[in-house]
Amino acid sequence: MISIRSLEKTFFPNTPNEVRALCGIDLDIPEGCFAGIIGTNGSGKSTLLNAIAGAFEPDQGEIFIDQQNITHWAEHRRARLIGRVFQNPFAGTAADMTIAENVVMAMRRGCKRGLGLALRHSVRDEIADRIRSLKMGLENRLDNPMGTLSGGQRQALTLLMATWLRPHLLLLDEHTAALDPKSAAQVAELTLEIVRREKLTALMVTHSMQQAVQLPEHIIMMHRGQIVRQFGGQEKARVRVPDLLAAFDHVRRREQLDPAVAEILAKQYV
Amino acid sequence: MTLVIGAFTIGLILSLLSMGVWISFRILRYCDITVDGSITLGASVAAVMLINGWSPWTATIAATLAGGVAGFTTGVLHTKFRIHELLAGILVMTALYSVNLRVMGRSNVPLINVENIASPVAGILTRSTGGADSISLLGWSVPVLDAAMLITVLIITAIVALLIHRFLLTHLGTAMRAAGENPQMVRAQGVNNQVMVVFGLVCSNALVGMSGALLAQYQGFTDVQMGIGMIVWGLASIIIGEALVARSTPGLALCGAIMGTILFRLLVAIALRWGLNPNDLKLVTAVFVFSALVLPGWVKYFLRKRSKEKLHD
Repeated sequence: MISIRSLEKTFFPNTPNEVRALCGIDLDIPEGCFAGIIGTNGSGKSTLLNAIAGAFEPDQGEIFIDQQNITHWAEHRRARLIGRVFQNPFAGTAADMTIAENVVMAMRRGCKRGLGLALRHSVRDEIADRIRSLKMGLENRLDNPMGTLSGGQRQALTLLMATWLRPHLLLLDEHTAALDPKSAAQVAELTLEIVRREKLTALMVTHSMQQAVQLPEHIIMMHRGQIVRQFGGQEKARVRVPDLLAAFDHVRRREQLDPAVAEILAKQYV
Repeated sequence: MTLVIGAFTIGLILSLLSMGVWISFRILRYCDITVDGSITLGASVAAVMLINGWSPWTATIAATLAGGVAGFTTGVLHTKFRIHELLAGILVMTALYSVNLRVMGRSNVPLINVENIASPVAGILTRSTGGADSISLLGWSVPVLDAAMLITVLIITAIVALLIHRFLLTHLGTAMRAAGENPQMVRAQGVNNQVMVVFGLVCSNALVGMSGALLAQYQGFTDVQMGIGMIVWGLASIIIGEALVARSTPGLALCGAIMGTILFRLLVAIALRWGLNPNDLKLVTAVFVFSALVLPGWVKYFLRKRSKEKLHD
């Protein structure tokens, strides 16, 4: 379970480039919920994900995962609780190292790493077994460098690695956006399969309304650093792409109206 | 023959340096110039301890630790104080120049008639040959002291290389290799990549310090200038080594670094024998590293251009 309390972050404060990326985010995601975040460019959805992952410290607010306050934890310390898949398929793995070496890193996510040999035979067998479930034939290529795999294969492996040890929270940052349509569909399907099977709490940022409708069971809509709308439960089950577009339109119209309304109110009351 | 033996001995001693540079340059992808200072630091610490009657082993280990401290300093400057990696190395290297002068008390320390790390082996060889000054190796007569040094550094280098190789295959070693390549991934797997950088620089410079200690004992003196350009020698050796073995597994890469260093020393010895002015050596090495870094790209470019022209024909 994740709780976020009045989270705020301003980049380049007090400069002409000041960006208020997060303006008081309050969010609760219950245990085992797969939530998706949608929003326009610059709406703060990736910033929110990065704040949870620990890429920077927020200016204000607190983040809890399973009642633990992780607001001031360093990024590598949070990895104990969080599994991550990045937008860039090259970001989640080390290209010059072998598949097995990459996976063995993930098998110790957040654990102590000592001077024991990393790839014992039993470990290799375990890796091969679990990679076979991807049905990509990678189990026969354990000693090939990661760089020889396609983007889709790498992203599927990154997903498997992120969930190798059951994470308290899985963060997916537009993880299918950089893939070709076929691989994107494969990875999306794999995501759903793993999240459902392991009953993971997951937070996915996506650009694709289609994906937001299909994959998660809860939709969070962000705009200008705020959560403007959420669809959950029955409502989420009914929602379709046009409904999401309409909701966005509504948000934008209200925004255009706002300054004018403010002016009228100011005239009347000041 | 003396030339070949000398080249092999220096080559093996400097392989420790090359393996150190390989760790920083190829594994951490960190261009660490501290090396120029830490090899002299290792040499000075060992030399001063030797003339003060410490055992060669203690002196060599102390030199290794001193090198590690130098690497730690560079690492902390870079990670904690966010100083650019090159500048962090330059600062520590510059500071080490004074430190080395302080350690030695003057600009050079000769090591005459002191026991060195090869003395035990020399003793065994002398006893087994019945007190002869030279032994026969593959039909050549080789001075006992030179043979003893060669055997000693061969054993040391082999053991160190095996230890490094074994370390790189452990959980910690795997994390260190990944940290150089993809810091973001490593953090996502719960490893503090900055700690890995510092740790890698400690290992790297410790090897360089050890190399300096052995070099001082082999050549019989330490000079405050001896470290200048060592990083470039290390890089040249690594590049030659990578030409010999493909850049694939850590084991092969380590073998490549050792073989590259020995080959490089042989080439240097031959070039000097053919009349290369020793003063030009560093210029020639720098030009070599430059061309080794740039030429492959040019060759690829011209080949592609030519194949395109052929396509148009």
